[in-house]
Amino acid sequence: MQDIHVIVAGAAGEGIQTIGDLLVRLAAAHGYAVFSWKEYESRIRGGQNRYAVRIGMEPVNAPLSEADILLALNKGALAKYEKLLKDNGIIISPEKDNRDRFLSIPFADIAKHEIGQTIYANTLAIGALVSALGMDLEITKGVVKNVFSKKGEDMIDKNIQALVEGFNRAGRECRDRCPWNLPLREDRYYVLTANEAIPMAAAYAGCRFISAYPMTPSTGIITFLAKEKDRLGVFVEQAEDEIAAVNMAIGASYAGARAMTATSGGGFALMVEGISLAGMTETPLVVVLAQRPGPATGLPTRTAQGDLLFAVNAGHGEFPKMVLAPSDPLDAFYKTVMAFNLADQYQTPVILLTDQFLADSHFSFKDFEPWDVTPKFHWAGTGNHNEYKRYRLTESGISPRLYPGQSKHLVCADSDEHNEYGHITEDLEKMAPAMAKKRMLKLDMLKKSVHPPEEVATKGADFILVSWGSTRGSVLEAISLMRGTGVKAGMIHFTELWPLPKYEFPRGKALYIVENNASGQLSRLLRSQYNISSRGFVHRFDGLPLTAGYIRRVYHEHNG
Amino acid sequence: MSTMDDYQSDAEIQWCPGCPNFGILQAFKKAFVSIGKDPHEICLVSGIGQAAKLPHYLKCNFFNGLHGRAIPVALGVHAANPDLKTIVVAGDGDCYGEGGNHFLHTLRRNPDITVVVHNNEVYALTKGQASPTTPKGERRTLQFNGVQVPPLQMLAVAILHGCTFVARGFALEVDHLQDLLVSAVEHPGLSLVEVVQPCITWGTHPLKWYQERVRIVKEDYDPTDRSAAMELAMTWGETIPIGILYQSGPVETFGHDYRHTVTDRPLTELKPLDKGLMEKMLSEFRL
Ligand SMILES: Cc1ncc(C[n+]2csc(CCOP(=O)(O)OP(=O)(O)O)c2C)c(N)n1
Ligand code: SF4
Repeated sequence: MQDIHVIVAGAAGEGIQTIGDLLVRLAAAHGYAVFSWKEYESRIRGGQNRYAVRIGMEPVNAPLSEADILLALNKGALAKYEKLLKDNGIIISPEKDNRDRFLSIPFADIAKHEIGQTIYANTLAIGALVSALGMDLEITKGVVKNVFSKKGEDMIDKNIQALVEGFNRAGRECRDRCPWNLPLREDRYYVLTANEAIPMAAAYAGCRFISAYPMTPSTGIITFLAKEKDRLGVFVEQAEDEIAAVNMAIGASYAGARAMTATSGGGFALMVEGISLAGMTETPLVVVLAQRPGPATGLPTRTAQGDLLFAVNAGHGEFPKMVLAPSDPLDAFYKTVMAFNLADQYQTPVILLTDQFLADSHFSFKDFEPWDVTPKFHWAGTGNHNEYKRYRLTESGISPRLYPGQSKHLVCADSDEHNEYGHITEDLEKMAPAMAKKRMLKLDMLKKSVHPPEEVATKGADFILVSWGSTRGSVLEAISLMRGTGVKAGMIHFTELWPLPKYEFPRGKALYIVENNASGQLSRLLRSQYNISSRGFVHRFDGLPLTAGYIRRVYHEHNG
Repeated sequence: MSTMDDYQSDAEIQWCPGCPNFGILQAFKKAFVSIGKDPHEICLVSGIGQAAKLPHYLKCNFFNGLHGRAIPVALGVHAANPDLKTIVVAGDGDCYGEGGNHFLHTLRRNPDITVVVHNNEVYALTKGQASPTTPKGERRTLQFNGVQVPPLQMLAVAILHGCTFVARGFALEVDHLQDLLVSAVEHPGLSLVEVVQPCITWGTHPLKWYQERVRIVKEDYDPTDRSAAMELAMTWGETIPIGILYQSGPVETFGHDYRHTVTDRPLTELKPLDKGLMEKMLSEFRL
């Protein structure tokens, strides 16, 4: 079976979120792998948004451009998204149209007259989709009952009635126009977003404190931890601004609690002084930077990979720092645990770079067993110090870390250049350079903790796509698309961006660097670090994620 | 029992000789002895400025962070370990200027910490520019024709926004200040102590000017009277009232929901999450 791609399009507040979420559940309940991503305007009502759902036999966690089915809830949605429909695709919509590809079902009218209230229009639409997709009505009823279980008998009955009505209407309309069929399968998948994986991983890693200021697309992380306070036990504080957020997290970390914050570009800009503070005071800190297109407020709800160099260079002065960019929610789980471990081990900030696409998209996994990386703590132990010095100069650069109140030993931290006790120093001859050197020594150690990039099909490849972070799924799919037409592409994918690992690029292969930004930030980073040159680029910077089709098209445009 | 010597730091003091900050330092040591906490049970948090150097001159835990950001760091410390006596030491520029937003919102949070503001009506460390508390009309090194705008009245703001302990002290009234600090630290909830701390280098008036004006509030003054407290908080001129201006409460403190439902112990004492729980949570995503 070829993957089926459904686009649900409509105004904000019109129900596309409910319909999309339910469709994801339904596909999973039928035993299919789903991938979904969202694209929405920065407003609460109106506008035109899309919720795209990809359904397949195997998880392919990448967005598609062309749709098989467009469920357009209004005229504007139809106008905006119809161009994405494949030639043999169909449109389900309350709008009237005589073309053959059109299933015209006036959801709201039917809901009002047949069921009693227009609020059932969305369930009617679901019924129509289920029918067009060839899903099972009984399974669907079960899922719908479950979803509305808290709403009372009457609501459940009405929803089921609406579902069946939509299902039957579309059934009659579909005739021979809906070739899809999704019979029940045994398979079950884990379906989750990075904004769900990261907070779970953080709590697992031992994070006990999060402070953040709401900013799309990072807000889901603190919200998840607030919602799960009783199970995960994380102290959650909505700060008055991002400066407070990062400083609170630093305070909590200094006092012994693993701590984090999460934000997006503008908020991260406000946190930068704090990141430098964590570097200077050698306080472990994990910051999630969920990217969206800038500059300034940019496109608040869209996606981009525009802050790579900003993250790598964040913070005045020189201090060690790590930047990790996970490629999917499973990788995000691993990298989150790794971030807390390394922040603790090297007593320094670690930045987790995600983006709106990764934060909000549902990815499917056959297995989700992220247990290879386990939480590790690096406390110094209170017993073995004749005289405790928080910033003792050591060979490794790592000083013994205790927390205040743990023992009689006093823990003194300072943002000024300091001596081994944590007191201000202006000793330029010995202490200042020794401290600077000690901090930078940790960067050399950190370098040893990073892994080389992932290589896929590089041997025998004619050229290699080089990518980072959340674009992995699309690049992998692009490679297989190209291979299908005899074009031998490979992939080198980076998820550990700073410090960069020791790595030798395969010799003599043309490199094409693929990024969700305009200026080629990975290119610049790689050029400075590995002295490589690339043959070409694939950049996308319209606020939408890279798709395999897009990558292939741009590659061929450059190469005839 | 601790003694003054227990809080004696070896760090070299960088203040100008004769600065009233020394009085505040002395009051702190005396207060710590009265409170009966050992150095390791106390955590001082400061930002940047002359005042913010004070933690270096006392022996206890401290976090000397960024200009303006002492309060959020202190909130994090207190959230992580409510057993520590967390005390913020800040200048008026540090606390009311650069960190003004944190100050405002922390009034609402009511954390069980103490904030001590050295009010010298100037940015001393950066060489004498106006601060948010510089009186209108007074000249500073950047305000050649005098400050054009009125000063902030943060003690009044604190009372207005529910701070349940608001006091004003004077750096040269060491014993009185000691008592204020003891009461402040022992008060459940946020306590604010603003200390009149004349700057002998950049200030407009000689010490005598302050000594003549400072008046300890009368014995029979009722600090639970909010309007009277507002009045005194805004009094700065012919007289400068010092003492506990306002005290009420107790009211719910920062993190009370968490403290009641998860733990009232330091967060370091929480057990690691069990892998079984994580598997259970993840299984909820298996659709
Ligand atoms: C972000 C930032 N901005 C500016 C400064 C420079 N700076 C250091 S202390 C200070 C003002 C100090 O005034 P105050 O807080 O009243 O303390 P005082 O020195 O008077 O005790 C300024 C502006 C800084 N360190 N950091
Ligand atoms: S500059 Fe003013 S506040 Fe600073 S130490 Fe000197 S006298 Fe004190």
